[in-house]
Amino acid sequence: MTEQKKLSVMRERNMQSETQKNKIGKVIAQILCYAFLITMAFVILFPFYWMIISSLKTVDEYYLTIPTFFPKTIVLKNYFWDAFETANLSRLFFNTVLVGVVSTVLSLVITVLSAFAFARLEFKGKNALFAALLATMMIPGELFTITNYQTVANWGWVDYEVNWFEGYAVLIVPFLVSVFYIYLLRQNFLQIPNELYLAAKVDGTSDLKYLWKVMIPLALPTLISITILKMMGSWNSYVWPNLVSKIAVDQPNTYKLITNGLRGANFTLEGSDRVNFPVQMAAVVVVSIPLFLVFIFLRKYIMKGVSRSGIKG
Amino acid sequence: MVDSKQQWKAWLYLSPAIVLLLVFTVWPIINTIIMAFTEGYTALGNIGEQTFQFGIGNFTKVIFKFPDFKECLINTMILCFATVPISTFLALLIAVCLNSIKPLQRLLQTIFFLPYVTNSIAVGMVFAAMFNIVGTFLGSESQLVTSPGIVNYFIEISGLGNLIEWLLANYPNTISWLTTTYPISWINDGSTYMANMLVIIVYIVWNALPFKILILLGGLQSVNKQYYEAAKVDGTSRTRVFTNITIPLLSPMLAYVIITGFIGGFKEYSSIVGIFGESMGPPHDPYRLNTMVGLIYKELPLNQYGRVAAAALVLFAIIFVITMINLWVSKKKVHY
Repeated sequence: MTEQKKLSVMRERNMQSETQKNKIGKVIAQILCYAFLITMAFVILFPFYWMIISSLKTVDEYYLTIPTFFPKTIVLKNYFWDAFETANLSRLFFNTVLVGVVSTVLSLVITVLSAFAFARLEFKGKNALFAALLATMMIPGELFTITNYQTVANWGWVDYEVNWFEGYAVLIVPFLVSVFYIYLLRQNFLQIPNELYLAAKVDGTSDLKYLWKVMIPLALPTLISITILKMMGSWNSYVWPNLVSKIAVDQPNTYKLITNGLRGANFTLEGSDRVNFPVQMAAVVVVSIPLFLVFIFLRKYIMKGVSRSGIKG
Repeated sequence: MVDSKQQWKAWLYLSPAIVLLLVFTVWPIINTIIMAFTEGYTALGNIGEQTFQFGIGNFTKVIFKFPDFKECLINTMILCFATVPISTFLALLIAVCLNSIKPLQRLLQTIFFLPYVTNSIAVGMVFAAMFNIVGTFLGSESQLVTSPGIVNYFIEISGLGNLIEWLLANYPNTISWLTTTYPISWINDGSTYMANMLVIIVYIVWNALPFKILILLGGLQSVNKQYYEAAKVDGTSRTRVFTNITIPLLSPMLAYVIITGFIGGFKEYSSIVGIFGESMGPPHDPYRLNTMVGLIYKELPLNQYGRVAAAALVLFAIIFVITMINLWVSKKKVHY
């Protein structure tokens, strides 16, 4: 009996010292947490800071042995219009917006129709077809690229010189269908009660009208997520536009996208072997700003789409 | 209640997606397999109506005779096995810390998500600028170093520079894996392979953090608070709470970020283009840092479709195997 009493007293004491220790430990842990997080935040932010201040410096200041952390003289000429001219940004900006808007609109139409069929209509082989679609998501895109390159080349969309339709179509058409978007929207459509559809049917509402009036408004957040991801995708796409325009020696920069211009441009100063880093950084800022704006205003939708996909763009 | 009208309508609505998928997804899968198993397939030969034999010659050629293949595979492996553990560990630390603080939480969360919404080529160029030795540095003593770049500047003022200089003067062999000169040439002429790799690893980790933090933080916030209350009552220590409650409950998210990290790692390409440009390496040794995907894009315009297709299938097989291993391990370890 006494043994047990002793034990319980000891345990109580232990508990007391434990709670005190816990309190001190908690404060220390909080301080360490803040120190770590703030350090990491600086590491994360530094490249952005460096990009912006570098883009405003003169070339000579950039080349100083001891770097300056704030530009002595702010050179806006790096942006207007050195960066735009050197990297051909205006034309590429136009191309990217055009490709982004057209492919987003077409892609949304295709996705909505397919998701509706999978979510609401009954047809033979529905589940098998849906499973097959999902299975294709496992395959890395590089595997498709080889044949797709051959296909568009056979259609004459890749050549020394192409017309505007071919030039843009080759950037848009191969990427119109995304199984992931269909999947995402179908899941959303499934949450909308079927009774609404049946009621609409009784009222004699056509499918398309029902889609437009009921389904699309209810699934709007998902559609916005898809729009943002798709737009960001064309803004960031590099490999395919680069690949299909490699052969176009007669019009090297006509049908490229903005990222290609950035990497492909020659920022070397005339008459020297020095690279004009400030102008290069200005071009980088120009390409980055729209993404930041989208992020600031539409953060909620991006994060929602991202956490379910793991796909960038 | 499958009525024929619905059937007809369903296929009508699906038709645009199906047509495009047949052309740009299904046919490529079939065609890639055919090309890969056709001996010595080339596009020109195909036009010339040359007949080809079935065989596995493309695979053996790619794996054993292609000098680049081994190099690319090793580069890709190094990148995967370095960046996935580092970024997962850092993301876990950041997520746990973020979850345990109140003030500034939203601000910090936003900052940590920023690298996600960037263009990987554009920011790669920023990293290149930060590591670049600008000016006419060519590695020899007589050449003047104008500016060693911001990263080298930090190394200098942190005192690490003195250590490196001292090592270079006295024990050059201990540091020759990283550099033979000071300031360190990270990506310029004369840079070492490991210095190049370090730059890429830093960049990829920086780039991979946001997604992992987002997923892990989401997981942490959905953990049932009752477990922690119970641990508190029992007076469990902080470390034990972390290893015995947080990690097991977070294991599905951890498995998810590790698997997607590996898949992304094996498809690494644009980060390297961002830093080094299309040459995939420092000026004195182009293609030194090429990856599996880079190999496919490098060979594609050269018309050797059979070999490229084989390489793509090998890449797919590797990703598939790694994913299966990951799934198998996580099935054993993951607590659902």
